[in-house]
Amino acid sequence: MSPIMLELLVRSLWETLVMTAASGLISLVFGLPIGLALVATARGGIAENLAVNRALGAVINGFRSVPFIILLVALIPVTRVIVGTSIGTWAAIVPLAIAATPYYARIAEVSLREVERGLIEAVRAMGGNRWTIIREVLIPEAMPGIVAGFTVTLVTLIGASAMAGAIGAGGLGDLAIRYGYQRFETAVMIAVVAVLIVLVCGIQWLGDRLVARLDHRN
Amino acid sequence: MNRHVSWTPAETTADSGDVIRLADVRRRFGETAALDGVSLGVRRGEILGIIGRSGAGKSTLIRCLNGLERPDGGSIEIEGREITGLGEAALQPLRRRIGMIFQHFNLLSAKTVEENVALPLKIEGWPKAKRLARAAELLELVGLSDKARAYPSALSGGQKQRVGIARALAASPALLLSDEATSALDPETTRSILALLKDINSKLGLTILLITHEMEVVRNIADRVAVIDAGRIVEQGPVWQVFATPKAETTKSLLSGIRPQLPAHIAQTLLSEGPGDVVLSIDIAGPAATGPLFQDLSKAFPGGYRLIHGGVDHIQKQPVGRFFIALPAASTAGLVSFVERLGAQVEVLGHVADHA
Repeated sequence: MSPIMLELLVRSLWETLVMTAASGLISLVFGLPIGLALVATARGGIAENLAVNRALGAVINGFRSVPFIILLVALIPVTRVIVGTSIGTWAAIVPLAIAATPYYARIAEVSLREVERGLIEAVRAMGGNRWTIIREVLIPEAMPGIVAGFTVTLVTLIGASAMAGAIGAGGLGDLAIRYGYQRFETAVMIAVVAVLIVLVCGIQWLGDRLVARLDHRN
Repeated sequence: MNRHVSWTPAETTADSGDVIRLADVRRRFGETAALDGVSLGVRRGEILGIIGRSGAGKSTLIRCLNGLERPDGGSIEIEGREITGLGEAALQPLRRRIGMIFQHFNLLSAKTVEENVALPLKIEGWPKAKRLARAAELLELVGLSDKARAYPSALSGGQKQRVGIARALAASPALLLSDEATSALDPETTRSILALLKDINSKLGLTILLITHEMEVVRNIADRVAVIDAGRIVEQGPVWQVFATPKAETTKSLLSGIRPQLPAHIAQTLLSEGPGDVVLSIDIAGPAATGPLFQDLSKAFPGGYRLIHGGVDHIQKQPVGRFFIALPAASTAGLVSFVERLGAQVEVLGHVADHA
């Protein structure tokens, strides 16, 4: 592989990392509270409100049912308002984050819902309020699932970021399509796939290690 | 066990009064009445056992006491304060006056043992150093000082419940609620947990209300017992008296595993009439049971009687005796009036089929 190709590969890797990390972080910051809201407002939750629960669920399902490539294009005006441009790596972060947030909210919801009701009841019996329950019970007890779910979300984002090439965001997926596929440069294709495999394995390994350290349930 | 645990005795308005007073408490779930007019008092410093089968309303009752469950009607007073009308925010400080332990311990898996014990104090806003010092004190009380930094998953069931007890005591409550706290434990661990509760009750003067479906638990540590069935208190009184002379059918059936019973092979062959010997049961308890019963019987009935089964148990230091004897039909009337004069209860159960 030529030095130019190598430089291209490194730059693409960086773009993928930026897109994945930034949109992943945004999905964590917004998705976790949304997941909490879903669990809290559900039947028997600590702030039961079925109307809010259904409305929130419907919005999430709406976003989740739009194919990402459509969302990418449909969100161009929104991206332009937020980032100032509708093309490039930073512009891709907006649709990626908007797609990943409801996805992560659902994953977080599942983990939070699995926290034993008895634990919530024990803290209520101690005189704890809702914030105590969220801070001392729901988040810490669901932490292994929250981290494992975040790992899944990051890996999914690496895959989704390949499509961001459609709005000129670059990244490894884009490199593989333009050089490896369209120009028949098999070496580039293999190199990109190898880098992606290492990246995905690395993230998964880190996530699993962190979960093992956090999980004291058994 | 450590004796230096500091304790702020419950400040109360009327010291002689009950810690809890329930009057006509009702709670329905759909068509079924979980609580159907429960009236009950829990006295300061006592251990009250509430026993009933599953589904009798025990859990609903105990959960009403700290406002985890709202009754539909009736009144609940905790330390003289009516709680039924209170909102969630007003209930929260009140719940800190009431410790609770659970069948499945309900320890937080992500916190260490000492963090679990210190959690009620964190909720009360104690500074970290102070609450960890208090947690260490309580862990010493329950004999688990060496496990302070361990996570609950590393503990056995009995150790988990000890942590649960330490946690429930952290905020120096006026009352401890025990929700089937030993039902998930083996018999030996159950005994050690009950001994710990009894010890805490006598050393710290803590009032304990425990619900259970096991008579053995009530027998071991309770001062008084209330029997609940279909949402109503069907019987209550000092444990030894209820054990000696149970009146309600539910009580009798709950006691059947723990009191002497007529052996099944004899019970099955009993006839309501016949020429055979009469089989009867004698229940004698308290001061009446301290006399030389069998010596007196032998003197009064030289014709003889046979002891089939029975024995004397001691509950709250009171003898509680229950015997099954057989004797010729002709002597029956005399014996019944004889032992009834001694203060015992006699029940004629039937005639044996032959002279087996």
